[in-house]
Amino acid sequence: MIMKTSSFGNVLKKNMMVIALAVVVIFFSVSTGGKILLPQNITSLISQNGYVFVLATGMLLCILTGGNIDLAVGSVVCFAGAIGAVLMDKGFPAILAAIVMLVMGLAIGMFQGYWIAWVSVPPFIATLAGMYAFRGLSNVVLQGLTVGINNTTFLNIFGGGANCYVPDFFKGEGLNITCMAIGIIGVALYVIMTIRGMIVRKKRGFRIGVGDVFATLFKMIIVSALILWIIYELAQDRGIPSVLIWIALVLLVYGYITRNTAIGRYFYAVGGNEKATRLSGINTKLVYFIAYANMGMLAGLAGILTIARAKSSQPTYGQGYEMDAIAACFIGGASAYGGVGKITGVIIGATLMGVINQGMALMDMSANYQRAVKGVVLLVAVLIDVLSNKKQS
Amino acid sequence: MAKIILEMKNITKTFPGVKALDNVNLKVEEGEIHALVGENGAGKSTLMNVLSGIYPYGTYEGDIVYNGEVCKFNTIKDSEGKGIVIIHQELALVPEMSIGENMYLGNECGKKSRIDWDTTYVEADKYLKMVGLSESSKVLVKEIGTGKQQLVEIAKALAKKAKLLILDEPTSSLNEEDSRALLDLMLGFKKQGMTMIIITHKLNEVSYVADKITVVRDGSTIETIDNAGHDIDEDRIIKGMVGREITNRFPKRPHVEIGDINMEVEHWTVHHPLYPERKVVDDVSMYVRKGEVVGIYGLMGAGRTELAMSIFGQSYGILTGGTLKLDGKEVKLKKSPTDAILHKIAYVTEDRKGNGLILSQSIKVNTSLANLDSLANRTVIDKDKEYLVAEDYREKLKIKTPSVEQLVGNLSGGNQQKVLLAKWMFAEPDILILDEPTRGIDVGAKYEIYCIINDLAAAGKSVIMISSELPEVLGMSDRIYIMNASKMVGEMKASEATQENIMAAILRSGRGD
Repeated sequence: MIMKTSSFGNVLKKNMMVIALAVVVIFFSVSTGGKILLPQNITSLISQNGYVFVLATGMLLCILTGGNIDLAVGSVVCFAGAIGAVLMDKGFPAILAAIVMLVMGLAIGMFQGYWIAWVSVPPFIATLAGMYAFRGLSNVVLQGLTVGINNTTFLNIFGGGANCYVPDFFKGEGLNITCMAIGIIGVALYVIMTIRGMIVRKKRGFRIGVGDVFATLFKMIIVSALILWIIYELAQDRGIPSVLIWIALVLLVYGYITRNTAIGRYFYAVGGNEKATRLSGINTKLVYFIAYANMGMLAGLAGILTIARAKSSQPTYGQGYEMDAIAACFIGGASAYGGVGKITGVIIGATLMGVINQGMALMDMSANYQRAVKGVVLLVAVLIDVLSNKKQS
Repeated sequence: MAKIILEMKNITKTFPGVKALDNVNLKVEEGEIHALVGENGAGKSTLMNVLSGIYPYGTYEGDIVYNGEVCKFNTIKDSEGKGIVIIHQELALVPEMSIGENMYLGNECGKKSRIDWDTTYVEADKYLKMVGLSESSKVLVKEIGTGKQQLVEIAKALAKKAKLLILDEPTSSLNEEDSRALLDLMLGFKKQGMTMIIITHKLNEVSYVADKITVVRDGSTIETIDNAGHDIDEDRIIKGMVGREITNRFPKRPHVEIGDINMEVEHWTVHHPLYPERKVVDDVSMYVRKGEVVGIYGLMGAGRTELAMSIFGQSYGILTGGTLKLDGKEVKLKKSPTDAILHKIAYVTEDRKGNGLILSQSIKVNTSLANLDSLANRTVIDKDKEYLVAEDYREKLKIKTPSVEQLVGNLSGGNQQKVLLAKWMFAEPDILILDEPTRGIDVGAKYEIYCIINDLAAAGKSVIMISSELPEVLGMSDRIYIMNASKMVGEMKASEATQENIMAAILRSGRGD
């Protein structure tokens, strides 16, 4: 009955998508003659897929509560973007406009969350309604036109146009020193915290096996090496894209929330067994509400990043974004039944999709094929989830 | 002697961690009504699921011989093809479809590409008449009452050309009148030569309708009693159902000073959440003292779980009357389990997989769930402390697992039950309501659970133990309440209680109505 938790098979299963990602990266480096690993391509991979990381993070929380999705995010991205663009066009300061966009997203999320949590409208339907409504309202706000954005503060902060990089304060020749410095400090902090965590645990009287230490250090080294490599690549180009700062912030904050806080735990609990969670004295309705309210806010943030990158707002922006976010979650190992999924999975899922897009574009394949491949990848990823669950029961 | 139509030989069926059936033998003669009786979880339904192919051939050991040939059913369709039709306890009808559509669901008249609706409804009407229903088969199922729905189920079975009809607690949701009508219908079918197996808890029904009675206990068939004269004494059946040795199955109670009344409910009345006209708990009064283990005995559907859950923050049903006193003071709990937990009440569910545990999460996460705030500093969980708490309970409750990081879904039933107990013990309640705490777990684990219950009482907690196992109630309780048909029908000290007078209390109340 009892399974060994650390058997080789389990480790393999847990890291299936990491391996898949590595395989895909290797495949494309070979087939594009290494082009995909060029600094400018890595930069563009990050800026093109910024919205996926942000939206998939919010979507993960919804999916955790029981495989529930939010179909409205694409439209909310567009709507928030439209509001912001019009406000700045009227001369609003950048920060104020950004705050309005976030609050607008949050308000929409709360509106949808209310119906889902307390009126028990199925999330699919509540958000489908939102998808139509806010797409339409975006059109109304923009009056069907494109509104350009010239507010340079806004563009600099949120990664727009040509100035979308953290400036190099040290003016390095051929290598962005600020970028390298930020990367090295980040990795150093990560290493210190990992080791300190182990020491604290030891002090509190935990038995830590040699295997655990080895596994932790191994993971630490791999992750550090990866970050350093990416940073080095970026430093050879134009440095850290501003959008990367926002992505990193979102991933770190939500990674912490899902792993270490009570509310984070409740998302998993509700998705794992809603009744048991309610009978444990937890307000499950509030959990649903928070998931959707938060999704709305992150859609607002994604709206900011989207219009900054495009330096404009159009009524068609954000179409299909919801599907990219959902796909990233499932490819990253979130369970379609809820209760299982991680932020690291979101990172892997979003990156995998980005790499496939980028790789196929570099190989001059049409966008239509890209979609077909994305579909296959999604199906395979979910198949793995379903089949491995079947074996367990 | 009549021909043996069905013989089940040495059937053994194991679920992970539990042996549900152990060498069961059953012989059914053609044209008789054969009753299967036994306590909840004795294995009656499992046996019938084996027979009807729900558990396909190969997942159990032993042979099914039907009409002289060994059968290897892989699906329900296979067994239905032979004329073995099972009617489950829960009605399996689609409310939004007509009676006729329901009757031929999966078995449609006409061609695959085109259903012959005329034949469907003509045929359906014919069978409806046979079961005494005058409704048209075009009426939607949701528009007729439960009693009639049960008859539709039978008509559906007849439409499948049933030769051996299995009825799993057919009267559990029916009132007295409908039940009697259904039993008479069964006697009518018998005259026409149909063979039937009926599973039921209602012993008066058994006596009335059955020709033979097979008693199942702990996954084995104990005996088959002849009831050709339909005059069997109900005590005789009860003896077979519960008559096991009661030596050393329960740990000795340490001497505990029993304190003041900790919780008391008076005139507690609860209505069904969906059918508000039905009372599920009717004017119940009870109390529990500190350090006391109070047993609530009753058959399934007696209203015990409904009583417990309604006390636990009205997590079931609509409370329409009654008062709850904690430590002598009247308390009005809000309609949420949170408030109940705040008032130090814990309810340990009978349905550990459905309502109790998160199977996809670790032992650690499950243990801390009901009291996570105590481990969190401004909502940030101290995960090391959480680990230590889980480890502590693992040791105390002897949960058999390599690590508390193990997923609960991978544990055996007994260990899952211990995790559930750990979760509620960690919530630090004063009053624990344990609903069927030993359901579906093996004898060894049961003993350990009993020890935990004794320890809880010794620590001054009030324990209410709901159980439908008489020996367990007798062996563990200081005081026993008896529930039947939504009412409290008896209260006795453990020293005065016997299996016979508990059963007598239930039967008295049943006849009194």
